[in-house]
Amino acid sequence: MLWEVDVSLTDANGDHAARQLVAAARDLGLVECLGARTAAGWLVEGDLDRGQLEQIATRLLADPVSEVFLADEPGSPRLTAAWDGLSTVVHVLPRPGVTDPAGLTAAEAIDRLGHPGVTVRSLRKYWLPPMDATAAETLAKRLLANDAIHDVVVGPLAIRSLAGGGNWSFASHPAPLTGLDDAALEQLSRDRCLALSVAELHAIRDHFAALGRPPVEIELETIAQTWSEHCCHKTLTSPVDHEGPAGRASYGNLLKETVFAATQEVRRSLGSGDWCVSVFRDNSGVVRFDGDHDICVKVETHNHPSAIEPYGGAATGLGGVIRDVLGTGLAAKPVANLDVFCVAPTDTPAAELPPGVIPPERLLAGIVAGVRDYGNRMGIPTIAGAVAFHPGYVGNPLVFCGTVGIMPRGSADAAVQPGDLVVVAGGRTGRDGIHGATFSSIELTSESETESGGAVQIGHAIHEKTLTDFVLEAARQRLFHAITDCGAGGLSSAVGEMGATLGAEVELDRVPLKYAGLSATEVWISEAQERMVLAVDPADWDRLVATAAAEGVEVSAIGSFTGTGRLVLRWQGELAGELDCHFLHEGRPRKTLPSRCMPPADAPVVWHPRGDLAATVLDILALPDVASKEWIIRQYDHEVQGASVTKPLLGPGDGPADGTVIRGVLGRDRGIVLGVGLRHRIGPLDPYQMAAGGIVEAIANVVAAGADPHRIALLDNFCWGDTRRPDSLGTLVEACRACHDLAIAFAAPFVSGKDSLNNVFSYTGSDGSPREISIPPTLLATALGQVPDVRRCVSPDLKRPGSRLAIVGLSRPDLAGSQLELTGRVSGGAIPRVDPAACRASIHAVARAQATGSVLACHDISDGGLATAVAEMAIGGLLGARIDLAKVPCEGAAELPATARDLAIAFGESPGRFICEVAPDREELFAEALGDVPWAFIGGVAAPPVFEIQATSGESSKATLAALATAWRGPHAAEENS
Amino acid sequence: MLAPRALVLRAPGTNCDHETAHAFERAGGLARRIHVRALAERPGIADDHQILCIPGGFSYGDDVASGRILALELVTRLADMLQRFRDRGGLVLGICNGFQVLLQTGLLLTDPAGQRQATLAHNHSGRYVDRWVRLRCQPGNCVFLQGLTEIELPVAHAEGRFVARSPADLEHLSAGGQLPLRYSPDAAGRPTNPNGSVADVAGACDASGRVFGLMPHPERFIAATQHPAWHGRLDPDTAGSGLAVFINAVRATA
Repeated sequence: MLWEVDVSLTDANGDHAARQLVAAARDLGLVECLGARTAAGWLVEGDLDRGQLEQIATRLLADPVSEVFLADEPGSPRLTAAWDGLSTVVHVLPRPGVTDPAGLTAAEAIDRLGHPGVTVRSLRKYWLPPMDATAAETLAKRLLANDAIHDVVVGPLAIRSLAGGGNWSFASHPAPLTGLDDAALEQLSRDRCLALSVAELHAIRDHFAALGRPPVEIELETIAQTWSEHCCHKTLTSPVDHEGPAGRASYGNLLKETVFAATQEVRRSLGSGDWCVSVFRDNSGVVRFDGDHDICVKVETHNHPSAIEPYGGAATGLGGVIRDVLGTGLAAKPVANLDVFCVAPTDTPAAELPPGVIPPERLLAGIVAGVRDYGNRMGIPTIAGAVAFHPGYVGNPLVFCGTVGIMPRGSADAAVQPGDLVVVAGGRTGRDGIHGATFSSIELTSESETESGGAVQIGHAIHEKTLTDFVLEAARQRLFHAITDCGAGGLSSAVGEMGATLGAEVELDRVPLKYAGLSATEVWISEAQERMVLAVDPADWDRLVATAAAEGVEVSAIGSFTGTGRLVLRWQGELAGELDCHFLHEGRPRKTLPSRCMPPADAPVVWHPRGDLAATVLDILALPDVASKEWIIRQYDHEVQGASVTKPLLGPGDGPADGTVIRGVLGRDRGIVLGVGLRHRIGPLDPYQMAAGGIVEAIANVVAAGADPHRIALLDNFCWGDTRRPDSLGTLVEACRACHDLAIAFAAPFVSGKDSLNNVFSYTGSDGSPREISIPPTLLATALGQVPDVRRCVSPDLKRPGSRLAIVGLSRPDLAGSQLELTGRVSGGAIPRVDPAACRASIHAVARAQATGSVLACHDISDGGLATAVAEMAIGGLLGARIDLAKVPCEGAAELPATARDLAIAFGESPGRFICEVAPDREELFAEALGDVPWAFIGGVAAPPVFEIQATSGESSKATLAALATAWRGPHAAEENS
Repeated sequence: MLAPRALVLRAPGTNCDHETAHAFERAGGLARRIHVRALAERPGIADDHQILCIPGGFSYGDDVASGRILALELVTRLADMLQRFRDRGGLVLGICNGFQVLLQTGLLLTDPAGQRQATLAHNHSGRYVDRWVRLRCQPGNCVFLQGLTEIELPVAHAEGRFVARSPADLEHLSAGGQLPLRYSPDAAGRPTNPNGSVADVAGACDASGRVFGLMPHPERFIAATQHPAWHGRLDPDTAGSGLAVFINAVRATA
């Protein structure tokens, strides 16, 4: 029997979803939608009579104080009756097979109420003013639903059952490659969404020809997953012949000879003081923390899924990186998350959006909500992040999710033993996320939303939370030999990796399913979320089962690691596929890639001065890259776990932080600090400097927040356009070179990284011609620092009237790609360039100065330059400040005309500079600590809430603190407090 | 004399259990974290504890409504244990999701007929919010707030808007001292009520003052360094004002 229960609020004023819908419909000018009401609906199927159903609704589904419910059979006129004149009823429900966390939870609860075997699907229901069905559907699809995962039904629901399909019966599908010409092979790769090149298909064809049989579908899929860009980074690990500004260079393996090589060199130079534990080989990079613990960190991207379904894509991106940390060594406990998003400007007019893309404002809101709902439920504080805007991200938004974990010392190494059981733990397997790994390696098109919807996963955070609780408890009891997460490529990739040398036999029919009907191949490559694979000694199996049961987690032994070097897949005893592990992991043909990069010469600088310096500060504070992200930060739980020391919003005025700090262990004073650097605007101008500037920014962020500059670990995340083109690959090579050089200059090793290539969006222009939009070359640099004693941390907000402000580091008048350029006051000129030795000197000097206790506040100078940094410090401290530009140590500014000189000093973005607020009685200590680094006192802190900038001519301009705060907080601020 | 023991109850999705246990220990108590499944199997475990705490998180995902499924679990499987615990004079503290659970179980704010007088609804903003608030305490007989007048704590929730069944219920609860914790204006006089709660209610206790629930997180301000403006302003070695809530509980059961 199938029932529907609608639960609605008694008080219309509390119906926020309705208010939001009305506002959004009005903003978009879609239809005249003057009123709306909403309800949470539940489809409940099981052996229940009306009385039992009403009891379930009363006890479980509706709140007795604030809600009422209506229960009946779907399609009953009572359920679609008009409500206060609102006669159009719209249902939005997850498509069959799409994970429905609320439905699953409700079914489990109904089971506990004594009604086992009930199936539940959740839905949202909307009552709208009278309108025709097409208009209602259009409105629903624009505002309420995402085609990739939702069905929209206007009027009565005609659904009669929630039952899924029947069982799949075993069949093996040969996929012969012999006799196909290159065009046919290419076609086959595209049709099956394999993302294999012709050369790779030749290798596969030859391998199977030698075996004397064609590959079967599941074998071909396994190879495609394993060889995908997503899983094996084939571009970054390829041989490359490069020609760049520093001459010609040949690499046998690009990543190994740049980023890895730098790490090796840094470790060698550290000698016995090497604090790296496990780098570039596990799911995350591990470094030494204190006497008892190591910490690990990983940052992932989830760009393609987020472009199609921002909420689910971002949530599962975060879920995936959390599992990376959980699946490191013998498991680490996740203690912090970070999130960085790159999107098109949210005010991009609809007419300028290419077809098939989600408008950036809605996209960003969806991404934020996804991270919020997943991260908050996981109980992991989201402590750091950034949002960057650029038109190049319109079709390919970037979503970076990172997680930091902590583990007992001595648990970074894990090794599968022959005879270990292959155990899958956590969520069940469904059709979600089929072809995610190969999909993320293919470029997006305007049809991607409809073609690749199956590649989108929806997360169920509570399953991941219970899985985490279970894994950490099992790790404490040492109940497994190795663990990895089921991410891209699903079981095929997780089991394949764990058994890469030993080999494994897997009985695919033993994998627990969400619903019947999945084929062996689907089970094998499904990217259903919240699953981990463990290698378990059969002697520990019973204890593992008991531990899992105590946490309510499902574990299944689906096979064993064999030691034969072969990967054997079975279905109810029948052979479904068999692969040689050596071929699978080493058989991919490698091709030398041509690469070329000649950064454009600097464009001539042109000045367009406008308004005074204070007005310029206000303009910059309101620019999207700089403006407050409070509306996002406040939606994240950034304090859960109780370890918070330096939060993303600081001081009595809630100003911005640089790095953010948490205690590693509650009750102890050693801290972990996270910072990010992203100089995407420099990318198209000079990829080397883009990467170098980002790395310096990340390091400066954590050092400003108190990190020991001798213990900074770095992560790289490369997001690039089509690197099959030599001139695009060239920019990637230049960025890798920068990573190498900067890591060595700062003795800061890279410990982990990830890349996402082919971020190109192709579509057909209004004139019918093919068009494409590539993202700007984007390196996200993440710095993981350590604070010896969190009680000595300083923050950027100004503290005390009467103290002095000092700038540390040399300023140069380089403004290409700057925020000032975005205000229209300058164009062209030189980009800010990194002088590694000078940056290193100023960063170490600031750390020394902080150690003397003379620094009351410290902020690194990045987007928007010196004046913007001081304004941010004033906003956080609710204090006034004064700076004198004539006192700033500069190089190359003297020859500029006066107005240009002032703009260059106030808003230039030379990397590696800081502002310090210095305690009045400790100026000598401060000066002594800085040594011979260029620095100067340039002003002071005052109680009157005014920011005063004195130009080099002596003329001054002022902005009130209130004006600064309003500009920085922008239109979202008022909403925040409602 | 043995330190008082606190039982910190967790369920799938509970995520503030570690720091809440840590706060009880900082306050001089002993804390044990226990899964609701394990407690349901051996309810006697609660008998040698003096404090029962339901910490924050998203029990069972809050997918149906916040706290509802854990509450259902408690009343269907642990009702006897809870009754015994209260009859013995045990203290019950619900923080954030734990407060939502306490209301849903009817352990807090029910009329003589057993009908609920209040609920916690979605924030007026429609969104989750993590921010610091200022709170006014009128402890009355509420054990947990003794000696407190004004404190600062963070809130972090999507469903914290206190709603009374009727104005008469609100009046009755207020007059009875059962609404002892209210959001109050900050230093600049701006309201800090983060969710639209009626009468600025942030926490509620039963008539005995021994069962108390609150939306703000006292365990997130047990040390000065957890405050967003501590740098250069507060001595990092001092306690935060949330610690008093735990000290009060420990002292009352010592």
